[in-house]
Amino acid sequence: MEKIIEHLNEVTVRFAGDSGDGMQLIGTQFSDTAGFAGNEVNTFPDYPSEIRAPEGTLYGVSAFQVHFGSKHITTSGDFVDVLVAMNAASLKVNLAQVREGGIVIVNTEGFDDRNLKLAGYARNPLEDVGLAKYHVFAVDMSKELKKAFIEVELPSKLIQKTRNIFALGITYWLFNRPLDPTVSWINKKFKGKEDVILANVHALQGGWNFAEKNPDFRKQYVIDKSKLPPGKYRSITGNQAVALGLVVAATKAHLPLFLGSYPITPATDILHAISGYKQYGVKHLQAEDEIAAITSAIGAAFGGSLAVTTTSGPGLSLKTEAIGLAIMTELPLIIVDVQRAGPSTGLPTKTEQSDLMQAMYGRHGEAPIPVLAAASSADCFNMTLEAARIALKYMTPVMLLTDGYIGQASEPWRIPDVDKLPDIAPNFAADPSTFKPYVRNPETLGRLWAIPGMQGMEHRIGGLEKEDGSGVVSHDPINHQKMVELRQKKVDGIANDIPDLDVMGEAKGDLLLLSWGSTYGAANNAYENLRSQGQKVSFAHLRYLNPFPKNLGDVLHRFDRVVIPELNLGQLKNLIQAKYLKRVIGINKVQGKPFKAIELEEKISVLLTMTNIKKWPSKKSNLDIPVDL
Amino acid sequence: MNTIIDDLVNKPHSGESHYTSKDFKPDVDVRWCAGCGAISVLSPAQRLMPELGIPKEKIVFISGIGCSGRFPYYMDTYGFHGIHGRALPIASGLKIARPDLSVWVVTGDGDNMSIGGNHFIHACRRNVDMNVLMFNNEVYSLTKGQYSPTSHRGQITKSSPLGALDDPFNPVALALGASATFVARGHDKDRQQLQNLLLQAHQHKGFSFVEIYTNCRIFNDGAFDLYTNAETREDHSVWLEHGKPMVFGKQKNKGIKLDGFRPTVIELTEGGHSINDVLIHDEKDSTLAFILANMTYAETLPRPMGVIQNHTDRSSYEDRVVEQIQHEVEEKGIGNLENLLLGSSHWEI
Repeated sequence: MEKIIEHLNEVTVRFAGDSGDGMQLIGTQFSDTAGFAGNEVNTFPDYPSEIRAPEGTLYGVSAFQVHFGSKHITTSGDFVDVLVAMNAASLKVNLAQVREGGIVIVNTEGFDDRNLKLAGYARNPLEDVGLAKYHVFAVDMSKELKKAFIEVELPSKLIQKTRNIFALGITYWLFNRPLDPTVSWINKKFKGKEDVILANVHALQGGWNFAEKNPDFRKQYVIDKSKLPPGKYRSITGNQAVALGLVVAATKAHLPLFLGSYPITPATDILHAISGYKQYGVKHLQAEDEIAAITSAIGAAFGGSLAVTTTSGPGLSLKTEAIGLAIMTELPLIIVDVQRAGPSTGLPTKTEQSDLMQAMYGRHGEAPIPVLAAASSADCFNMTLEAARIALKYMTPVMLLTDGYIGQASEPWRIPDVDKLPDIAPNFAADPSTFKPYVRNPETLGRLWAIPGMQGMEHRIGGLEKEDGSGVVSHDPINHQKMVELRQKKVDGIANDIPDLDVMGEAKGDLLLLSWGSTYGAANNAYENLRSQGQKVSFAHLRYLNPFPKNLGDVLHRFDRVVIPELNLGQLKNLIQAKYLKRVIGINKVQGKPFKAIELEEKISVLLTMTNIKKWPSKKSNLDIPVDL
Repeated sequence: MNTIIDDLVNKPHSGESHYTSKDFKPDVDVRWCAGCGAISVLSPAQRLMPELGIPKEKIVFISGIGCSGRFPYYMDTYGFHGIHGRALPIASGLKIARPDLSVWVVTGDGDNMSIGGNHFIHACRRNVDMNVLMFNNEVYSLTKGQYSPTSHRGQITKSSPLGALDDPFNPVALALGASATFVARGHDKDRQQLQNLLLQAHQHKGFSFVEIYTNCRIFNDGAFDLYTNAETREDHSVWLEHGKPMVFGKQKNKGIKLDGFRPTVIELTEGGHSINDVLIHDEKDSTLAFILANMTYAETLPRPMGVIQNHTDRSSYEDRVVEQIQHEVEEKGIGNLENLLLGSSHWEI
């Protein structure tokens, strides 16, 4: 039978099943293979906070979404083109995201009476007309696996464990993907377990063969290579990128790296990665709590390490007093907050951008701290280097915000040539005869770093206010005002040392879409789509939140309307309104999920049609017009 | 893996390194109250430092919050005055990052047993090589007189005008229970003995905990008189010495005898008990250490002072960190950054 080949620019595939079904694993393999095949890729792991919730339940469904294409891909995809559902519950949870006419591949063995009941289906949906608007492939994977293994002698228990790999094989056929990358991964992963390797490789090929021979599968989709700059690429999550960024930053600064951390979702992957880097001389302490995690890092910073602590919102709350200590002692320290949905325990595995205010102001006293935010998984690497540069140059703790989305989602990363990355120069004291702990570099206002072991520079620092220069404990009121202002001025001055805000589209005009952090992907995508529709929209993205880029005020005032999408109720919006006296329209989402580009696109399209409030909000306009969309 | 700090901190000490206690006195006024027990710890510490044979730039004193927290400002070494309760993790991070340093922690009963209690038990079990001097005055003094986790039940303080309802921690028992390897108790009225305890703490490789009874003249004056004053301490405390019988009393006529696991006091009289009946102290014996620690609040028994336990059965944490790194390097070679960035799979475009 003739195969039909269709070319597509972009596709979103979602793998869904029970928590124990290995969906994260095949999703990762699928995305790595897409990257290997030269596509741009963005992924979204979507899993429950339970480790292995009861089988077949709605709340136990785990999913992994892969958006890939030949065009520029910055989000994990608004709608699903291909859903792989391993049981009834995963179909029920995920079907609404599949576009009409999309492909649904189901494992029919997950649709027995028990599974249907657990999923809350009164009737089998596979026999329902409701599925008619999708292209459904119903496959009894257990049965097909048995057939595929007819000539291979392996325990049936082992064979049945490879159902996910079989499903992966089917999707590889669908997109005409090479099997080699996954085969070599299987060989590495199960090294020494020959029967496991055989079972998985055979299941992968079995899935492919099944589709190839099955008359229902006639159409294959081809996604051409993207126009990526040449180089070596790998797939990377934000958490991995932070871990690598830390090792590279320490190398570039010629400092030992110390991580003090306490396990917390979704930041723990950074701790996992760093704890495996012993051959790079990295030291880490899994501390007894969040406070010990950061204070051990402060101790290491006092001793001359590039010191880091990694956490998520609840942990950041616990660290706040210690951040104040690092500010007061003016020691370099990197605090990575992989934000999650709060308050309190909130939605631990879901994403949000709601720690911005805490990052900016969540301390007692006047306690300014530079705040950076990574725009994407790969950008986490760059911003980690930036955090290290600023911390060491200005002798200050630096807050790096990422979030559960980019922390765990992956995208292709062009691996940099480490030798070509700039060195980072720590601010070490050199002359004992003039050394005093709070004598500053006149340009950066950073104090000099003298560490134990440096002879003749013995000194005492701590949380008490110190006299300017000498560093002697001082309760003098004038000195305190001076020191508070100096610490503020030091952080403010970093604005001279960071790039200006780039504006895409017209440099001035009606509407500026301004994003920060992980909303970059959806905002950039929405911007590109609106532009391609001929809409006059400009776009800018903030990586530096404290201090803001020097030109931010100018940029804002060149536009009639500024729209800020955020996964919170308007935290950046409020910061900007307060600082620049510019009214901002917020688009706010707090559902534990990233924005879809279409959500932003639709809202901005509506705004663009509201020409009567083009200058909105002005004095004339009424406040009963919704401030936020 | 060589870093810039190796060059900075491993330079040979230039010039004279024979110190006197004066070399450890910075040019600042000591602001503790006159007669404060803390002052009586400062001078033995300053006198001990020259004896350690360590260049003073390699010595670090770290504190938390409370009257004890000011200690680092009064030692002319490197010093870090942390936040309340967190001296131990600060010191742990420093020592793990910099095993070449001699790290000392000065803390108090509130700082270490209350807000820092969690760090204390974990520092004990982790066994980072550092010396912890806990000034115990059984009261919160810097906040002007509230009961602390070592105050006794019924103690009248500003926050317990009708008497505290809490029972106290027994710090040495807590340390032992959390697997501390060196546990000792001293007091502020015998500087020579205290200096000797600090020396032993320093010599012990691993986590060393020294509880020091320090009198607070203002808020809890005389709390330890029975055990520390020259006139009464002989009869109310027993000074433990490794390998020696636990004899006490002004006349050295009393001793500790074990009745099963229960320590009892025996009178050494002619025809009655002899020195041979008296329990011999073995600071390596962790079972004995628990028995001794539990004598602390027993009214009929003398209070145990000196080194209760001192063993090195467990390696120190920072050594294990270094060993793990060395092992990895031996197995896999020094990490190649290029390979690390490439990861397990990559592709070329």
